[in-house]
Amino acid sequence: MKARVHVTLKPGVLDPQGRAVHHALDGLGFADAVADVRVGKLIELELADGTPAEAIDEMCRRLLANTVIENYRVELP
Amino acid sequence: MVVFPGSNCDRDLAVALREATGREPVMLWHRETELPDDLDLIGVPGGFSYGDYLRSGAMAARSPVMRAVKDAADKGVAVLGVCNGFQILTEAGLLPGALMRNSGIRFVCRDAPLRVGNADTPFTRRYEPGEVIDLPVAHHDGNYQADEATLDRLEGEGRVAFRYADPCNGSARDIAGIVNERSNVLGLMPHPERAFDPAHGGRGGRRLFEGLVEALA
Repeated sequence: MKARVHVTLKPGVLDPQGRAVHHALDGLGFADAVADVRVGKLIELELADGTPAEAIDEMCRRLLANTVIENYRVELP
Repeated sequence: MVVFPGSNCDRDLAVALREATGREPVMLWHRETELPDDLDLIGVPGGFSYGDYLRSGAMAARSPVMRAVKDAADKGVAVLGVCNGFQILTEAGLLPGALMRNSGIRFVCRDAPLRVGNADTPFTRRYEPGEVIDLPVAHHDGNYQADEATLDRLEGEGRVAFRYADPCNGSARDIAGIVNERSNVLGLMPHPERAFDPAHGGRGGRRLFEGLVEALA
């Protein structure tokens, strides 16, 4: 089975990379279209069948996300 | 001295410790699961451990040797984490908060004026509170962040060891270095080992090591 883990900065946490990408999009002529940019991570896991959701959650909490500054969301296709 | 793949300040830090103590530090590879007995101090050096994969310090913080470092810190052994070492200590949970990408995006590499916060720790005892010293900084992810309650607690408990005297990287409350509750663990982004010898162009970091030797002797 596969799982996709989306890691995003918590709301309110300043995202310097997102801001730089935003400026770059402005420079490409998209200033009117783009209101904000946040950069996150997508982690794809290839898992043994039947891996419990709790185990995936623990992987996120203990390594994949830093919960001081990041949120995570697990997507099971 | 703990050494990870990608550490690059381990020898500089070892030289400073050798000069300050007259003893040769033991270099320990990250796969070690046990530390030598009767350690006085554990150095977690700067660099780019594991290529900064996932997050700076994230992989190193989960390596076998860091479990032993955490056990030793819990027993009161002094731990000094510099730059990437600071990132590793926060990722490992030995210090609160997180070090994010510098607010200006750019890698910052220069001498930074720092104001000494609490001078009543084993690491800062040879400085005066409020004294301004210059130490080199060289980092991309030095933007210290924590929630407001944690920041208030750090300040209230005198756990801010050093602050940037000029804005440097966007750090909350200009925090450059903090200690844990017992004051036996210090993490800081600036490099005291690069301001140790007159040939370095500055000696602002020397008293950190000299104070440590006094405190631990």
